[in-house]
Amino acid sequence: MNLTLLVLVPLVTAFAAILCKGIKQVRVVSLLGALVQLALGITLLIFYWKERGAGNTATMLFESNYSWFKPLNINYHVGVDGISIAMILLTSFVVVAGILVSWLIESPVRPVIRAGMGKEFFFLLLFLSVGAYGFFISLDLFTLFFFLEVSVIPKFLLIGIWGSGKKEYSAMKLALMLMAGSAFVLVGLLGLYFNTDTGNGSHTFDLVVISQMHISVDVQNLFFPFLFVGFGIFSALFPFHTWVPDGHSSAPTAASMFLAGISMKLGGYGCLRVATFLMPAAAVTYAWIIILLATIAIIYGAFATLMQKDLKYINAYSSISHCGFVLLGIGMLTQTAITGAIMQMVSHGLMTALFFAAIGMIYSRTHTRMVEQLGGLLKAMPFISTVFVVAGLCSLGLPGTSGFVAEMTVFIGSWQNTNTFYRIATIVACASILVTTVYILRAVGQAIMGPINSARYNNLADGTWNEKLAASVLIIGIMAIGVAPFWLHSLLAPGAKTIIEHVERSIAIQ
Amino acid sequence: MANDILALLKQELLLSVIIIVLLIIKIGADEWKSSNLLNFINLLLLINLLAGFVLNVEGSLFNGMFNTNRLIVLEKNILNLATLLISLQSFNWLKEHKHVIEFYALMLSTLLGMFFMISSGNLLMFYLGLELSTIPLAAMANFDLAKRRSSEAAFKFIISSAFSSGLLLFGISLMYGATGSLDFEIIRQQLNGSSIQLFAFILLLSGFAFKISVVPFHLWTADVYEGSPVAVTSYLSVVSKAAIFFVFVPVLYTVFKSLADSWYWMLFLLSILTMVVGNLFAIRQNNLKRLLAFSSISQVGFILVGISGNSQAGSASVIYFLIIYTLSNLAAFGVVSFISSLTGKESIDDYKGLYKTNPLLSWVLAIALFSLAGIPPTAGFFGKFFLLMAGASRGNYELIVIAAVNMVVALYYYLRVIKAIFMESNEHPIEKLKISPLPGLAMLLCVAGIIITGFIGWIYDYIFSLSTRF
Repeated sequence: MNLTLLVLVPLVTAFAAILCKGIKQVRVVSLLGALVQLALGITLLIFYWKERGAGNTATMLFESNYSWFKPLNINYHVGVDGISIAMILLTSFVVVAGILVSWLIESPVRPVIRAGMGKEFFFLLLFLSVGAYGFFISLDLFTLFFFLEVSVIPKFLLIGIWGSGKKEYSAMKLALMLMAGSAFVLVGLLGLYFNTDTGNGSHTFDLVVISQMHISVDVQNLFFPFLFVGFGIFSALFPFHTWVPDGHSSAPTAASMFLAGISMKLGGYGCLRVATFLMPAAAVTYAWIIILLATIAIIYGAFATLMQKDLKYINAYSSISHCGFVLLGIGMLTQTAITGAIMQMVSHGLMTALFFAAIGMIYSRTHTRMVEQLGGLLKAMPFISTVFVVAGLCSLGLPGTSGFVAEMTVFIGSWQNTNTFYRIATIVACASILVTTVYILRAVGQAIMGPINSARYNNLADGTWNEKLAASVLIIGIMAIGVAPFWLHSLLAPGAKTIIEHVERSIAIQ
Repeated sequence: MANDILALLKQELLLSVIIIVLLIIKIGADEWKSSNLLNFINLLLLINLLAGFVLNVEGSLFNGMFNTNRLIVLEKNILNLATLLISLQSFNWLKEHKHVIEFYALMLSTLLGMFFMISSGNLLMFYLGLELSTIPLAAMANFDLAKRRSSEAAFKFIISSAFSSGLLLFGISLMYGATGSLDFEIIRQQLNGSSIQLFAFILLLSGFAFKISVVPFHLWTADVYEGSPVAVTSYLSVVSKAAIFFVFVPVLYTVFKSLADSWYWMLFLLSILTMVVGNLFAIRQNNLKRLLAFSSISQVGFILVGISGNSQAGSASVIYFLIIYTLSNLAAFGVVSFISSLTGKESIDDYKGLYKTNPLLSWVLAIALFSLAGIPPTAGFFGKFFLLMAGASRGNYELIVIAAVNMVVALYYYLRVIKAIFMESNEHPIEKLKISPLPGLAMLLCVAGIIITGFIGWIYDYIFSLSTRF
């Protein structure tokens, strides 16, 4: 299977959308493009199983490698393993849901978004997904960095043009912080590049080649922080998480879904695939700092969420807490924990996208996101309220949803570390689930259950077909992981195993 | 011998012929319609550009005073292209102007000077070319004849260039005293790092630094850029700057190679200063021309980072970046010049809500600014990345960290413009402008270049293969 299709399809769709006349054509084209992406993602999964079933044990599958800048040894090198396929699937689910949710953006009945620029909106959404797909399939660090930065500017425009509240401030803050993140990554990548040696005096950006080299420990210790912090900023690493609440809550619904569902995962994936995989010795050295920061993020995020009254802020702060689990899992450096971290990325991506979709639906009808102004929505809008409750339950980790599977795996994996400090961190992180329960149940209880707060809520319309479809797509994803986690586990485990073997080998060398 | 001269001096001779043709036309210029005249001149420039790609030979003339090789031809072609683009862009402005022919005669004379400068193999030839490329520029800066700011800009420009030429001359004469020759090759052999030679080198470096507006020699830049007509501003910021770099890099890398340890630290300091000061001042600007002026100062800082790498990759990345910088800066100046020539509006506040009335112009400006900021998928990303990569090859990561931080700061002021265009609204937005064909063509070429250049790997490969002599 040609992986470049994953980049080309959204790109072509984006430009086709620009050429369309009228918003109706644009959204049909965008949806078709998104569905093709979803089909590609699923085909990729099936092909992957076929290859593995046929006994192909190569680390990366479906590789293709073209020379791009020959003198600098930069290639366009793509390939996937189970981890990337999981992220690609996540992306394609969220893209479909995001396009569906934005279906009525220019409708006169309920103008969710500033009218007149629907075309550009869909263009930027699709362009953002180009960045995400490209990032997940890249095996060359230059290509990977290229796609990482491709995804920054669409976010800025999406938030700044169609956002709400202090949108320009949030957009600027997000763009600058993410750029700072990529600046760190840039330094880390260059440092890594010039310390590789392919034997004939030239250097390489190739992820697979570098992973087989021995990078000296000093170099690793110097550049690991750059890479980890750089990618960490994308993934709300404490204390660089401040763009998250503002960015997410100012963004329009679909952009929030993309931001939390896809973009933040770029960071986690980069921390794992680039920083930890290529510099295992440094990852071991710095593990305690990662775990400390992740635990702080988990606890801080949870308690900060308690204080929020705006639904979008609730979800944004809880994202900080949930992404903390990803970094915690990575820092623990056991196979189970890393599998759990990736599961948590997928799970959180689906869950938070669903959450933002539900909040968007509620807001477009009630015109408020304040918990205390809502109430009794279940009676007026049973479908949307149910979606909200499902997202909430997934967020607090109810068995049967993906949240439970992912967090449980992270905890089990973390507990495998016998070090006292690691265990304390695990216990503290576990305890945060209690706080999560409090804020989720409180939000659900006040906004969804209870007496109807305002008479105008009585005759609100329930979800339209597109909203129902969007929510269903995401709920299917959540349930597919929650009820039958085996397939995801078997998809991720080999990749996690490779990384752990790599770490253990580097410990053994020392 | 005569054939040699014709072949080697092909580009210079062609340019001289065009200048003479223009002067002849001037005699009967009143009979031409100004738009026809402009079309004719643009055609000449196009021929001039295309001729640069055929029948190229390598060699040297006049006892090594004049050299040419494929890299130099490429550099001259870049300058030709930039000149053509600027000429296309300033169509609207020149159409109303009474002295079109004089403008082109001056501009092409400076271009001729730059060609000689790039080809020079001798400090005397270099100085001659430099002066030929500087003095007419002052007249060009004054070309908004009725505007006082324009004269002010010209005056500032002529004084500061005279000063920098003075420094250069002082450096050249000291160098002559210390090495006994003006020839690059002999100077290279005679260099031994004695303090007089070092002093001469510092004077030469300061002279260069003036011309490419390196902090702390940048003070003239913003005022001159703001006061001059936009066409001249873009010419100053793109063509004349690129020309100086084209000669600066090989002189540093070959002639002063033995002083590399000294000039590395000078470049290190200058590049940090230039990036930081350029960025900090750009943040505060409200006039787009001034903003672009300071942003081009900070771009020079990035180029210095690339130069400090001192290798084949360093030279290649600088030339590659300059191509991209030319296209991006010209696209940005193209939009600014177009809007300014029709409405006279130049401040960021005026650009608020531009997207509603002029979506195409807005996208052109946005793509240009993204490219200047180094955001993919525009070519600026590749240019910046390779510059920093060349710089990092020496292992001086502290410089790379500072440069990377400066990229973030730079993004802020570029995004401020984007924010005004796309996100804010204005009670009196710039009305809907009809894009006239020639400026539109120039913008199209620039944007196409910005988008395509990065993806075609062989452009870099080609430049890299030409830079083997370093």
